[in-house]
Amino acid sequence: MKLLVCISKTPDTTAKIAFTNGDTEFNEEGVQFIMNPYDEWYALVRALELKEAAGGSVTIINVGTSANDAVIRKGLAIGADDAVRIDADPKSSYFVAKQIAAYAADKEFDVVLTGKETIDFNGSEVGGMIAEALDMPFISYATHLEMDGNVAKITRDIEGGAEVAEVSTPFTLSASKGLAEQRIPNMKGIMMSKRKPLNVVAPVEISDPSKVVGYTLPDAKESVKLVDPENMTELVRLLHEEAKVI
Amino acid sequence: MAKGAKEDRFKGHDYYNVDGLLSEDHLLARDAVRDWVKKEVSPIIEDYSNRAECPHHLFKGLAEIGAFGPSLPEQYGGGGMDEIAYGIIMQELERGDSGIRSMASVQGSLVMYPIYKFGSEEQRLKYLPKLGSGEFIGCFGLTEPDHGSNPSGMVTNIKDDGDHVILNGAKMWITNSPVADVAVVWAKDESGIIRGVIVEKGMPGFSAPEIHGKWSLRASITGELVFEDVRVPKSNILPGVQGLKGPLSCLSKARYGIAWGAIGAAMDCYDSALRYSLEREQFGKPLAGFQLTQKKLAEMITEITKAQLLAWRLGTMANEGKATPGQISMAKRNNVHMALEIAREARQIHGGMGITNEYPIMRHMMNLETVLTYEGTHDIHLLITGMDVTGINAFK
Repeated sequence: MKLLVCISKTPDTTAKIAFTNGDTEFNEEGVQFIMNPYDEWYALVRALELKEAAGGSVTIINVGTSANDAVIRKGLAIGADDAVRIDADPKSSYFVAKQIAAYAADKEFDVVLTGKETIDFNGSEVGGMIAEALDMPFISYATHLEMDGNVAKITRDIEGGAEVAEVSTPFTLSASKGLAEQRIPNMKGIMMSKRKPLNVVAPVEISDPSKVVGYTLPDAKESVKLVDPENMTELVRLLHEEAKVI
Repeated sequence: MAKGAKEDRFKGHDYYNVDGLLSEDHLLARDAVRDWVKKEVSPIIEDYSNRAECPHHLFKGLAEIGAFGPSLPEQYGGGGMDEIAYGIIMQELERGDSGIRSMASVQGSLVMYPIYKFGSEEQRLKYLPKLGSGEFIGCFGLTEPDHGSNPSGMVTNIKDDGDHVILNGAKMWITNSPVADVAVVWAKDESGIIRGVIVEKGMPGFSAPEIHGKWSLRASITGELVFEDVRVPKSNILPGVQGLKGPLSCLSKARYGIAWGAIGAAMDCYDSALRYSLEREQFGKPLAGFQLTQKKLAEMITEITKAQLLAWRLGTMANEGKATPGQISMAKRNNVHMALEIAREARQIHGGMGITNEYPIMRHMMNLETVLTYEGTHDIHLLITGMDVTGINAFK
């Protein structure tokens, strides 16, 4: 089975978020980057499990500059066979999806896996866009996947419950928590990752119909208001006028 | 109230961008072991330490992550990494607990290393892959009940008996001994020359009783090694070394790892103290806003930074095979003492909470009392430096 796992680089969850260039760009200075956990813990590991069960290969793909190579190497250390980096600044979900689709178009991957979202932009867009561009079915928010030959039975999160879908290869899925369990690379994997190929590919021309015009931070969290238990009138007033929940 | 350590919120500290001196391998190894410690060690360590029980299941995990002999060649069960990677792995393990780091130090530096360095090819192939994979647990027998800082006075001995030797004597304070499958034991032959002997569990006359009642390294198992006319095949003698330089070269390896390891314990104490002092308020402001707290925190991060640079430089020299025993002594002594001082200061910042196992401080502090003493005591390392700079031996 030929598997393609799309990995993204995201700021560490504890990173301080700030913007630069007139609030049009994320300020990367002093920020620690990690592999997007949904890509790493669930999509990549489930792909490795499928390969271990049925044979085949796992390729990881990333759209980004050489600054992303450390994250890519981690993917190789965890167990991917080879890696592709499309050498371009990942401007938008559309741009990333189009680049990945252009690369994957003639490679006959059986399954393309992404995380359900990146933990920075939370767009949940790339998987669906890749599937559309490659004319494949797309199963989002997968929490469980079993393969029987070329047919996959996938459980996916839906509002208030779960849905079980069946789909034949080739298809694209986005991975949610539960699809697999995090694998920590070991020293052997880290050393082997140096001997695995990382192919840098030039991007294709894409006219991106969207662009970011600005970012803002959410309002700072207000501190807790303590209300005297005797003063129910004030509590009701705050819930009604400020919290607007009653 | 500040949140307890049950949820491991540790974040590394790198005031001087020492990361910039490290390679991608080092950073990957560091992050992997840090993740492993958060997943496998932090959730259970307070409980095991409290009950003075060794989490034996972690031997397998340590082997899987590659913490046993990471700088030994791959064909002998090692990781083929450099000395800085080894140091960083020890740092991250000791960030979790000195006892867990000790498990790995002993297996890698004191058992696998001498078999690799001084063993025959048969011995290497027989023991190293099993030690590297955690199938075998090893221990190292040098210290005796009456010979600690003076190992050359050892009385454990071997006598010729055809194709065997007869081993008699006793060793004390041996990490992992009660659960070990193999012991690398140092004993004098009939001409008084120190030789290394591989003793296997189950050899008649060999026992390894556990030492109880430790207030330190409580999650690490410690015992004795007792030899009563143990017949050991001559093929189990390490052919490649004679004399005290055999065990001392192993200790240099382990001490090197401890110089890094202590930084981990110190960083965990500092990290916890910094967070606690920012979250805990007194007199209407965080503890971190008071000058005396800032003095403690500023001095802690200064000392950690100095220790990091010392360890890093020692690592670059070790990679070139140029780190001298004296330089290793200096780093071990300085960094362990630094960590113990930081643990004590961090305990004060935590106030009363600092004495509970809600926070890792007292556990680290108690562990570090052992680390200050084992692998060459604080004072002995001072005398090594003293001898190195004056040329005069003040040991006796």
